[in-house]
Parts: sequence; C-alpha cells; structure tokens
Amino acid sequence: MNHGTFPVRTAEHVVLLRREVCRLSRELSFPPLDETRLLTATSELARNTYVHGGGGEVKIEQVAADGRQGLRITFRDRGPGIVDTNLAMRPGYTTTNGLGLGLPGAKRLVDEFALHSTVGEGTVVSIVMWV
Amino acid sequence: MTVTRIPVVRIGRFLLVTIPGHADDAMIEQLQTDLLERVRDASARGVLLDVSGVEVVDSFLARSLSEIGRMARFLNAKVVVVGIQPAVAMTLVELGLKLPGVRTALNVDHGLQLLGSGGEREPANTSRSEIR
Repeated sequence: MNHGTFPVRTAEHVVLLRREVCRLSRELSFPPLDETRLLTATSELARNTYVHGGGGEVKIEQVAADGRQGLRITFRDRGPGIVDTNLAMRPGYTTTNGLGLGLPGAKRLVDEFALHSTVGEGTVVSIVMWV
Repeated sequence: MTVTRIPVVRIGRFLLVTIPGHADDAMIEQLQTDLLERVRDASARGVLLDVSGVEVVDSFLARSLSEIGRMARFLNAKVVVVGIQPAVAMTLVELGLKLPGVRTALNVDHGLQLLGSGGEREPANTSRSEIR
C-alpha cells in the first residue's frame, strides 16, 4: 500500500515527513525503540536528500512479507550523486563538515538498507523496517 | 523566511530551554544564536536543555547540542542536557554519537542540582557525558 510521496526541500519538510512516519509506525504498532530508530534514520536520510541532493521526494509504502508488516521509505534526489558509495558508507567520512554518520548510521538503525547512486543523475536510498 | 523561535526561560542564574519535538534544523540553529545572547545578557551560569519531549536526536541535533555546550563554556556557563528518553539514548549509542561539551541529568530537578553544586559534585542519578 502506497502512503504517498512527500517533498523534501527544506528543514521543515523533514519534520513533516517524520511526523507522517511516526503516525504510520504507531498504526502498525512498531515497538517504541524501533519507532525511534526508524524516525532517526528517516531524519538522517531526508536531510541528505535536501542538503546533498538539492531536494527530492520521499515515498512511503506499507509492505508485507512472510506474514510480517513493514514500512519501506524511499528517498530520491536528482542531485550530483555519490562518486564512491563505499567511501560514503564509511563512518566518519563527510564532504560537508558533518559527522559523517548519516548513511552508515541510518543503515545500522533499520532492517534493510539499499543505496543506488549515479553521478550526475542522483541518489536513491531505500530502507525497510519490519514490525 | 522567519524561523520559529524556541523560548528561553530564565530561572535565577540559570536558563531553561525546552526543545520541542517538532524542532527543525533551522529552529535549532536559531536557538544557538539566541541562547548565547541570553547567556551573555542574563550573565547566566548554567543552561538546562530539556529534551524529554524529543523522540529523534539525529547527528545534526546531537552535534548542535554539543556545540551549544562548548560555545556556552566560553561565556562561563555550563550546559546540562536533561530528560534524554531511553530509546533516544540507545539510538545515540547505535549511531555512534557522543555529546562532548555537555553534561546530562535525568530531569530538570537533577539538572538544577548539578548546576547549583557548581558542577564539582554530582548528585545521584546524574552522569558526566563523555569529555574529550
């Protein structure tokens, strides 16, 4: 089930997106710790979308497999892309004077994580959290 | 665009800030500036940052809180982050985030005790966050 696509172009959009993910996690009865993990990963990745990707959109879907429910959140931008995705996944690596924990941190917090980036075309990050 | 300001409340020699759960990056950046000016104007000796209503402390917010602590130190004020939720504490550790420059306390009462004691002695149920 598709829960819609949300623009992520400003800091405020990130908060609105977080609120929507929070609402859906409660609807699906995620344990509180998993809800916090998912919201934190969402926050990190949405910030990447508008800071590094120059803005983009985020799709939220409800997924099911093996009798389990989950949420898949896909972050898509048409920014410059990531030259070396292995390097970008290394904790502490940063191009913007940040902490370099965004991508590797988000990966650690969720059940599934996929990163696809093409230089000059953009970046897509998809995460799934199962109930 | 005008940024919504997070209120800073004065309690004697201390300042109290309740970080709203819906605070965005721009509001946090504005708070950094506002708070340092208030510390100077009020000659505040300490600042309590109450995050009990915050469900998400990501790398940006963690870095901002830590920066506030280190900046306030230059103005001779100590910063105590109070009310970190258990789930937030676990997520911070999983993310590998630290809060250098600030101390932590369970709630506002403990935070005030910590500031009141001049930070020399730690009351029960408070801890010193990692100091570089």
